[in-house]
Amino acid sequence: MTRRERRRLDRARYSEWHGGYRSYDILKEASIALGVIVALCVVLTILFSSPDEKPSTIQSWSRGDPVDFVTTATTELDGSSTTGGYGPPYNHAADGQHMWFIYPAKWLGVSHPVDTAQDFVLMPLRSITGQPALQAAVSTYEAAPAKQQTAWTSAYEKGLTKDTSGPDGSVTVPGSGYGPLPVMMNRLLDFAQAGGLDGALLTSKQFYQTDYTKPLLFLSDGSALADRAQAEHLLGTQWGIMNETGSWPGQVWLWLYTFWYQIKPFSTSPNADLLVITIMGVLSLALILIPFLPGIRDIPRWIPLYRLIWRNHYRELREAQSAGS
Amino acid sequence: MSVSAEDRSWTGRVRRRAVAALPPEKLLPDKQPSYVSSWIYVLGVVSLSCLVVVIASGTILALKGPEWWHFTSVGHFFNSIHLWAVELFFFSMVVHLWGKYWMAAWRGGRARVWITGAVTFLVAIPCALTGYVSQQNFDAQWISTQAKDAMNAAGIGAFFNLMNFGQMYSYHVLLLPVLVVLIVSAHVLLVRRHGVVPPFELDEKLALARAGMVPEAGGGSAAAEPEGPAPGVDGDAQP
Repeated sequence: MTRRERRRLDRARYSEWHGGYRSYDILKEASIALGVIVALCVVLTILFSSPDEKPSTIQSWSRGDPVDFVTTATTELDGSSTTGGYGPPYNHAADGQHMWFIYPAKWLGVSHPVDTAQDFVLMPLRSITGQPALQAAVSTYEAAPAKQQTAWTSAYEKGLTKDTSGPDGSVTVPGSGYGPLPVMMNRLLDFAQAGGLDGALLTSKQFYQTDYTKPLLFLSDGSALADRAQAEHLLGTQWGIMNETGSWPGQVWLWLYTFWYQIKPFSTSPNADLLVITIMGVLSLALILIPFLPGIRDIPRWIPLYRLIWRNHYRELREAQSAGS
Repeated sequence: MSVSAEDRSWTGRVRRRAVAALPPEKLLPDKQPSYVSSWIYVLGVVSLSCLVVVIASGTILALKGPEWWHFTSVGHFFNSIHLWAVELFFFSMVVHLWGKYWMAAWRGGRARVWITGAVTFLVAIPCALTGYVSQQNFDAQWISTQAKDAMNAAGIGAFFNLMNFGQMYSYHVLLLPVLVVLIVSAHVLLVRRHGVVPPFELDEKLALARAGMVPEAGGGSAAAEPEGPAPGVDGDAQP
């Protein structure tokens, strides 16, 4: 049978219904359905409410885990943080994820420029007035050669592993050879613990702010968000994309998207995000085009669940046959 | 036959085509085919009802602004309604899609009905995602900082920044809901135009005869029950 004949046969069979009809009130059905759904939502709301975990702030992070805050700030200063080495769309430190010769992030470029040293450390410190020792320390750091800056930050990061965190939330790093970093980082910690850094990172060209890219990148470079997420089973390795805080259902419809991250090669690939989103893009296109995909579109005929769905219809046909014979 | 100026006008032509495609008895039917007698058919109108509740509760939340629901019990109540309506919307939509898949509901020139339904599901996903990252709580912080990597890897992050609350809120309360409603409207109108797909015909000979393709005399009767549809007869992919 040719394609044209198949199409004609399909049209003849299924474009119009040639059998019987029964009474139907579409508006009544819609009204009842709406009423039931409203009632169900109200019942679910009364029984289960909805989650609303307070956001983390740089202030709460720096007070709760000052060593992690200072360590993260130091990596922002020398560019070794996750954001510092991210690449597009934040900086040129890397090419971004790729697949064969395809570099979407690199091709789209740096659209949200973030200089972690300037934006997260130096500019906030420069905004603190009335502290000549701090400004002198910042000037010393900025005037130093890059090699010297790296030597200071490397030594300081090593020293932070042996830190002593005071009961007042201060951080004391034993040893020496850190240059101006102890002064800079202690003042940045004070600034963060007072809540100043939360506001400083939002500062842009205008009064009103809606872009939280910088404070969120800074927060996510540390452990503040990840520790909470792990406790709430939200990590990628915990199928976190489809989970929600507490026991509420999350974006369950992303189960297939989440699934790929649990298996190799995606679970270990540095390009996992691009690979997974490509697979899901292809699958999404396939979902849309099922009517045109031989094999996939034929499965409903091969596995006749339709006999269950239309069992009443087929039973009536059989009864009509019995009555006629 | 003379054609009046009104008939030649743009408005007249659009009206004629609209009424021809969707006469009132198809748009607001008071009868339905006898085979529509399964609970699976309810999922379509349930999905629509959920969408209505999602939009209504979202509108109330939008009227009071994005911070209201964090600090008032009434706001939290409507946020909860919004959440549960979204969960039910996706649940009913997915079951609806599965049901229609097993019915091969694209048969008989209904490919566009399937396509608009599948696209609705796919567009609803970023609509929900932008809602999650607009919540202004820990959930929003975590989801935005994690999901950004996928967006950035695909290059989408260059113009769709999940950590930009203002941009995400605009997408969530206006751009994507409008898109969902437009596609759902097209889907519903296509369903009304083409009707619900009839069951698979089990009588192959009768179908061939109806299509004028009977190769031999002695076609079967309407009540005959062979084994099932012929394997070689594919569902029509013609929109």
